[in-house]
Amino acid sequence: MFLRFEQVSLHFSGVAALSAVDLEIPQGGIFAIIGPNGAGKTTLLNCVSRFYTPQEGRITFLGRDLLAARPYDLASLGIARSFQNVAPFGRMTVEENMLVGLHHTIHSSALSQVLRLPGARAAERQARAQARDVMEQLGILEHSQRYADELPYGVQKRLDVGRALVSRPKLLLLDEPAAGMNEQETAELGEWILGLPAITGVTIVMVEHDMSLVMGISQRVAVLDFGRLIAVGAPQEVASDPAVVEAYLGKED
Amino acid sequence: MTNAARPRALAATVALAALVLPWVVARLGPAASYMLNLSVIFAIVAIALNLLTGFSGQISLGHAGFLMLGEYASALLTLKAGFPFWAALPASALLVGAIGFLVGLPAVRLSGNFLAVATMGFGLAVPEVMLNWAGLTHGSAGLMPKSPTIGGFSFGSDVAYYYLALFCLALVWYICATLLRSRTGRALQAVRDSEPAALASGINAAYHKALAFAISAAFAGVAGALYAHYVNFVSPNDFSIQDSFLFLAMIVVGGLGSLPGSLLGAVLLTVVSQLSTSLGQFSIILTGSVMLLAVLFFPGGLISLARRRRPTPRVPAPLAQRSAAGGS
Ligand SMILES: Nc1ncnc2c1ncn2[C@@H]1O[C@H](COP(=O)(O)OP(=O)(O)O)[C@@H](O)[C@H]1O
Ligand SMILES: [Mg+2]
Repeated sequence: MFLRFEQVSLHFSGVAALSAVDLEIPQGGIFAIIGPNGAGKTTLLNCVSRFYTPQEGRITFLGRDLLAARPYDLASLGIARSFQNVAPFGRMTVEENMLVGLHHTIHSSALSQVLRLPGARAAERQARAQARDVMEQLGILEHSQRYADELPYGVQKRLDVGRALVSRPKLLLLDEPAAGMNEQETAELGEWILGLPAITGVTIVMVEHDMSLVMGISQRVAVLDFGRLIAVGAPQEVASDPAVVEAYLGKED
Repeated sequence: MTNAARPRALAATVALAALVLPWVVARLGPAASYMLNLSVIFAIVAIALNLLTGFSGQISLGHAGFLMLGEYASALLTLKAGFPFWAALPASALLVGAIGFLVGLPAVRLSGNFLAVATMGFGLAVPEVMLNWAGLTHGSAGLMPKSPTIGGFSFGSDVAYYYLALFCLALVWYICATLLRSRTGRALQAVRDSEPAALASGINAAYHKALAFAISAAFAGVAGALYAHYVNFVSPNDFSIQDSFLFLAMIVVGGLGSLPGSLLGAVLLTVVSQLSTSLGQFSIILTGSVMLLAVLFFPGGLISLARRRRPTPRVPAPLAQRSAAGGS
């Protein structure tokens, strides 16, 4: 299995953010995790990213025990992510943001960089070329020398996903990529995300609380409510599942 | 990006001015020459501190401590271990850098106010240790390191020492500028802007924070060694917590996260604090006022005056275009 959660539980001083979550995510395509606010979606991603360690359970990626990894090991394992609220590195240029995404692919020591040894310079040149290609694909090349926090929100969001994608990860975790966008922008973003697996071969796990975005673009959907997995299946099955309807309606008031 | 020649012409002008400056200043008397040399030495400290605070996002209220460690390291290495100054200078940098790394390790877990207090504690402890470890340091009697010599030439004069300090400043500047454009420098800035996103990009945040402390401390150590062999006297009273605040004021006034800003702030505040030493306690008030005014009127530091205004953000390209571009 590509990414597997086995009986994953995590409590925050009494609050059960995740309760015995069992979930298998296959390789390829887009897998969505939905649920009302506070359902535990971000917490689940944070367990994969190793910002949180569940009190119980196992998480494996391609058979490898992820709970034994440190947060900064994940990039070289092929797992990248974007963040719900965090914009990219604001006081760095767009190009520098992309190069940060390539950090783990550049193998040179601080000393060799300062001394500008040939090996370090070659690695830097190669990274810049790669960053340039991806900026071009994302349509942000014209902004490459601008500071990230000067850019409009939509461009920042694309940059953040680009920063995560630039090193060609196997798994991309997106946490509410459409947050703060209007309906049209959301639809366009969805279309763009939909194209990514075919172009890059990446598997996307996308967290969303807005059902409408994920329905059209994901192959499978898992639903979390109060830390419990209440449904997994094709989007249409899940949308008509009584437990899911109940979870979403229960939150409306 | 149309005229890349302009910054280069500016840099050349500044470099030329820096080379003739000591001869001009010397006409104003020895006090002015002293102030100039002190400005150059403190500019090294300001760059070191800006690397840590402005570029890596970690505050230090203890940089006077690293400066003093550099003084003692170089004085002791030359006086007691028989090192020539030219070997003692890099050795002091390595030694103080190693201490900086150790100070940085626990600091990695702290942030904001806690880091400020922890580094302040370090800054307060160093003079105490130097005072009480009299067997090595001669306590308040101090040490008397000699002026550096090369062949038969002595760097005993203000003008000669100026060029030595300027060379070190240029070297430290070059190393920082190169580092900041490299993978490691980007990692430092990424950790400053968002630690979670940096971690998720494969950056070992704790290591890079400690590394920033080490490099910053090493450069402060260089400045300390330069100071020691300039004034030819080292004592536990040389630098205090007040100087740590002065260094912080330099980078805030000059511009956080800016190398030219570090230089501007260092020169301005060295001159202000030196001119006002005769005013006793009022010196602090004057320095504080300069800092307050600068922060009020130029929140980005004095350097923000020199920066060209960047074009205002344009309307983003339609997302439809993006998905088409993504298909290539
Ligand atoms: N670091 C934390 N400390 C305490 N409680 C937390 C923490 N992170 C999340 N929680 C709680 O866990 C629950 C799930 O939160 P989260 O995963 O952010 O939800 P979602 O992303 O689905 O909106 C919420 O009740 C939230 O308050
Ligand atoms: Mg969330």
